[in-house]
Amino acid sequence: MSLEPQSAQLLTSEGLDQLLKALRRGGYRTVGPTVREGVIAYEDIDSVEHLPRGWTEEQSGGHYRLRRREDDALFGYAVGPHSWKAFLHPPRQRLWRARGDGDTVQIERESPDRQPLALIGVRACELQAVAIQDKVLLGGAYGDPHYRARRADTFIVAVNCTVAGGTCFCVSMDCGPNVATGFDLALTELAAAGLPAFVLQSGTPAGRKVLEEIPHRPATESEIAAARARVQQTAQHMGRQMPVESLPQLLLRNLEHPRWREVADRCLACGNCTMVCPTCFCTTVEDSSDLSGQETSRTQRWDSCFAVDFAYLHGGSVRQSARARYRQWMTHKLATWHLQFGSSGCVGCGRCITWCPVGIDITEEVNAIRASDPG
Amino acid sequence: MHESATDPMVPRVLRVRSRRRDGPQVWTLELDAGAREQPGFAAGQFNMLAAFGVGEVPISFSGDPARPQRIVHTIRAVGAVSSALTRLGAGAALAVRGPFGTGWPMSEAAGRDVVLVAGGLGLAPLRPALYQLLAERARYGRITLLYGTRSPKEILFRREIDSWRKLTGVMIEVTVDHALQPWHGHVGVVTALISRARFDPGRTLALICGPEIMMRFAAEALGTAGVASEAIYLSLERSMKCGIGSCGHCQFGGLFICRDGPVIRYDRLREPLRVREL
Repeated sequence: MSLEPQSAQLLTSEGLDQLLKALRRGGYRTVGPTVREGVIAYEDIDSVEHLPRGWTEEQSGGHYRLRRREDDALFGYAVGPHSWKAFLHPPRQRLWRARGDGDTVQIERESPDRQPLALIGVRACELQAVAIQDKVLLGGAYGDPHYRARRADTFIVAVNCTVAGGTCFCVSMDCGPNVATGFDLALTELAAAGLPAFVLQSGTPAGRKVLEEIPHRPATESEIAAARARVQQTAQHMGRQMPVESLPQLLLRNLEHPRWREVADRCLACGNCTMVCPTCFCTTVEDSSDLSGQETSRTQRWDSCFAVDFAYLHGGSVRQSARARYRQWMTHKLATWHLQFGSSGCVGCGRCITWCPVGIDITEEVNAIRASDPG
Repeated sequence: MHESATDPMVPRVLRVRSRRRDGPQVWTLELDAGAREQPGFAAGQFNMLAAFGVGEVPISFSGDPARPQRIVHTIRAVGAVSSALTRLGAGAALAVRGPFGTGWPMSEAAGRDVVLVAGGLGLAPLRPALYQLLAERARYGRITLLYGTRSPKEILFRREIDSWRKLTGVMIEVTVDHALQPWHGHVGVVTALISRARFDPGRTLALICGPEIMMRFAAEALGTAGVASEAIYLSLERSMKCGIGSCGHCQFGGLFICRDGPVIRYDRLREPLRVREL
């Protein structure tokens, strides 16, 4: 893993609190994990007091429960239903307003949000998800100016996972549990009686700069070794495994496999998996007007390929059956994503498994197709 | 510089210069660009057209690419947005984004026979290609338009079709699914006309636009006649909310129809077109 002894520092929980305050003084909106309505959600936080101290969660297919830990760990869980896309690629984004004024119509473009975001507690799978959305939303010929503005100023405090969730499989997707790149600062929480301390690495000049404002000291070799051991331990306890070998080819030669019908019998086509997925990026637009029709606006909002009207063409949906819609979602995520963006669309976070109301497991579906692949 | 130069999701406002009925439920709008220079477009590309407060849909250009200031779209009123667009009279404002997507491969047509196969409203996206071919008639071999529509009264651009028929080296065959009124032309599917067309399959370029099932059969029939898959192009249609490959709606296998299409070479489509509900 990428913990380098010469640069690793030790940060106390108090130091982490001061980091949050330093970021806020620097004009950042600080967003991080907190307990809300029985889950660990991502919300505005301004102190370590808001972090889910002493909480962990149990996760399996269609199942999520918060549980008390025996210690005071601040990051002793995996990931909840929220992902950072809610802040970087928000559920609703007004694009423009138009005002009719006598003979003229003026279009007023919505200005990008200028307050910089500091994301606290970003996991390795989530860093990969952000990198994937960067490619999707900024990599084309045009790029999304709202997303670009938010990403240009994002400060990322990553956290190496010291606990594997019951539905996690980042190791299979080769993007975790340790963070490698894409962060300003990265923390590894050490086991402790009382409030924990963190082994800290900086990844950018911006990270090193903010570190100057907060107390820290070089980490000792034994602290670094302990941090490394905890993350290695996490890697060995993944709740799931995804057999990724030649996965795009496997799925694309099995578009008529009977398993699609079988999974469609269980799938409610509710779209939960697409909402919790940190890489799902699809949107639609809604136009609305005031009563006079003089002022109209267009808003972009998240959409789901499980919605019947997602593929609506005059005369009806191109994908009428749940079979076709589930197949679209899974083959896009695991196969055609490679053709479009050069990587898998899956980061192994396990959210789609945990938050599926009927517990459909994407790794199990792949295994079922692989087991009866005619080749 | 217009607003959309910085944000492809922000439209420019244009007005309707004229509106003409071209068939039952079909209207052709010519838009007034005013003094503002409009971006040029390639035959086969589309604009996203919006009626304010109602919504936005992708509509192919149906005018002449040599006259980019004259923006022409032929629209069938089928849903809320297309119905609202076709109700816009002269002077009414609408929101326009584009041009987007790929065009017909006109540079590949030089020196070859060109077969255009249109079904229904599919003639509209092919008309810019025809304008371009006919403007430089000598550069191409035989030009054939095979056009199928439901009934005689639904034939689009009748007067133009009659004028094209008179050109030398241009063959136009029109067929209808059913004819109640007196009709002396062909009755049946447009693919049946392919055997009547004269072209050298080894040096032919085929452009097809119409309902998906018709395009599939037309491409297969052209293949049987000896035209290579690499010489056949189809224009596909899907739900689109952005036009720039980011909303996800128009996916067809690994393709984004708005960005990788709407005009796509048949060798990339043959397999996916066989999969139902892809």
